[in-house]
Amino acid sequence: MTSQAESVRGGRTGLPAWLRKALGLAPEGPYYKFYRHALLVRLTHWANAIILFVMLLSGLQIFNAHPALYWGKTSQFDHPILSLTARWDGDTVTQGVTQIGPWQFDTTGVLGASRIDGEMTARGFPDWATIPGPQWLAMGRLWHFAFAWLFVLNGLIFVAWAYWRKHAQRDLWPTRADIRHLPREIADHARLRFPRGEAAKRYNALQKLAYAFVIFVLAPLVILTGLTMSPTMDSAFPFLLWVFGGRQTARTIHFICAFSFLAFFIVHIVMVVLSGSWNNIRSMITGRYVIEGKDSHG
Amino acid sequence: MADSRRNFLKSAFAASGALALSGCTKLSEKPWVQSALGEVENVTRRVQRAFAGRHALAPEFTKSDIAPVFRANGTLNPQTADYAAHAANGFRDWRIPVEGLVEKPLSLSMDELRSMPSRTQITRHDCVEGWSCIGEWTGAPLALILAAARPKPKARYVMFFCADPMGNLPSGEAAFYYESLDLLEASHPQTILAYRLNGQVLPIEHGAPVRLRAERQLGYKMAKYVQRIELVDSFAAIGGGRGGYWEDQGYSWYAGI
Repeated sequence: MTSQAESVRGGRTGLPAWLRKALGLAPEGPYYKFYRHALLVRLTHWANAIILFVMLLSGLQIFNAHPALYWGKTSQFDHPILSLTARWDGDTVTQGVTQIGPWQFDTTGVLGASRIDGEMTARGFPDWATIPGPQWLAMGRLWHFAFAWLFVLNGLIFVAWAYWRKHAQRDLWPTRADIRHLPREIADHARLRFPRGEAAKRYNALQKLAYAFVIFVLAPLVILTGLTMSPTMDSAFPFLLWVFGGRQTARTIHFICAFSFLAFFIVHIVMVVLSGSWNNIRSMITGRYVIEGKDSHG
Repeated sequence: MADSRRNFLKSAFAASGALALSGCTKLSEKPWVQSALGEVENVTRRVQRAFAGRHALAPEFTKSDIAPVFRANGTLNPQTADYAAHAANGFRDWRIPVEGLVEKPLSLSMDELRSMPSRTQITRHDCVEGWSCIGEWTGAPLALILAAARPKPKARYVMFFCADPMGNLPSGEAAFYYESLDLLEASHPQTILAYRLNGQVLPIEHGAPVRLRAERQLGYKMAKYVQRIELVDSFAAIGGGRGGYWEDQGYSWYAGI
């Protein structure tokens, strides 16, 4: 899996050490390559990236058909907990307003009202955030419901494999020791100090918590709240309505889940970049991750 | 250095996102993409039906859940002389023929419909747009009407032709709202031809004198102003050929999700 010979390659390009580190290129000193991500993990990871991209943006297209959220069984039209609306002056859209509970924000240009071909238009999310771009609910639904199946299939394949190969038990579920080290890891992350050497072979506690939360909490939750919005599924599984407190609450939770995925994605990208972009990205493409030092198991 | 790298990454990121997005918009316009994604509807229908079966009931609610104002959607008052005349005399002469692939064609008057055994249900109306509203509906179970008309073995779909005009067909002919259910959904115990809402005579904005309620489906399935019922083996030759007014505009025929 690793070889000492590779460590010679380290010094060749002559880039300054800080840049090598920032870009995640191999260090100048000795290093070896560690097989970090199995093929199935890499495949399902990139499939999931594409699927979630389509799910989020087609979801926003669907949301735009009625850009308001409610709490409870039905829509209390006068009391949305969130709404994206436009203000008009005659025939002209003048302002986009985001209302969260009792608070209103001017979000002209992005939420509530945004430009389409130069013209200010009443729209929940702007056209650069929806699939398809123009207002087209029927097509947004086709994308969303087709990719929802892919999301479920891809997720089932990953989870089944992860349990079979003990990837979930070994690498994903946080251990008691992980939890104990958590305060320290938070401090280290805040100072942008990331595990190196042997420690970089394993997911750290924050990573484990983030991945386990997304895979075992967020994903099931987004699927179940999605199903709760289906009138036929409500007849098959009425307990869904009881669990989530009604269809409109389920819709709101679904929306919160979607934005939790987005938040996870942003943090994920920032971490990938900060902790050695190319090394991380390559390890998710070829599986190989460069570790500083000599391979003690070599 | 770090700044320009950051800017490069940022714009590369934005550019690839924009590319993927406009790609999805362009793909959306391709008929093969629409039909490929649309095929998934059949998978969804089969799986949902496997769980819900013929008889699983949509949840029913209590009087206290009824919305103070039931939101009206779609056509609010069909603008035709014929409909106006019917409305003016309280729909006394409204008749609903039940024809097509049936052994015994019917022509139901409002009195006949009202004298049939009725079902009253407090259910949640889910619009394809995403909102929900709860109301109490009273009407005649469609299953009873079908039983009286005796569908022929070839019959697969129940078509509902409505009185509300929806603009013009490409041919210049007026297009009217229409919808369809398959026999499974049409025979469901909560599928009724409703003539009352919240104990009152069905208002015009909600489809007077008769609208369809199919409680395991989205709102666009529940045709208002029902004027004629026809049993068919295929709807390929009707309207745009997709089984309903909104289906002809690209919405899924299966509206259980």
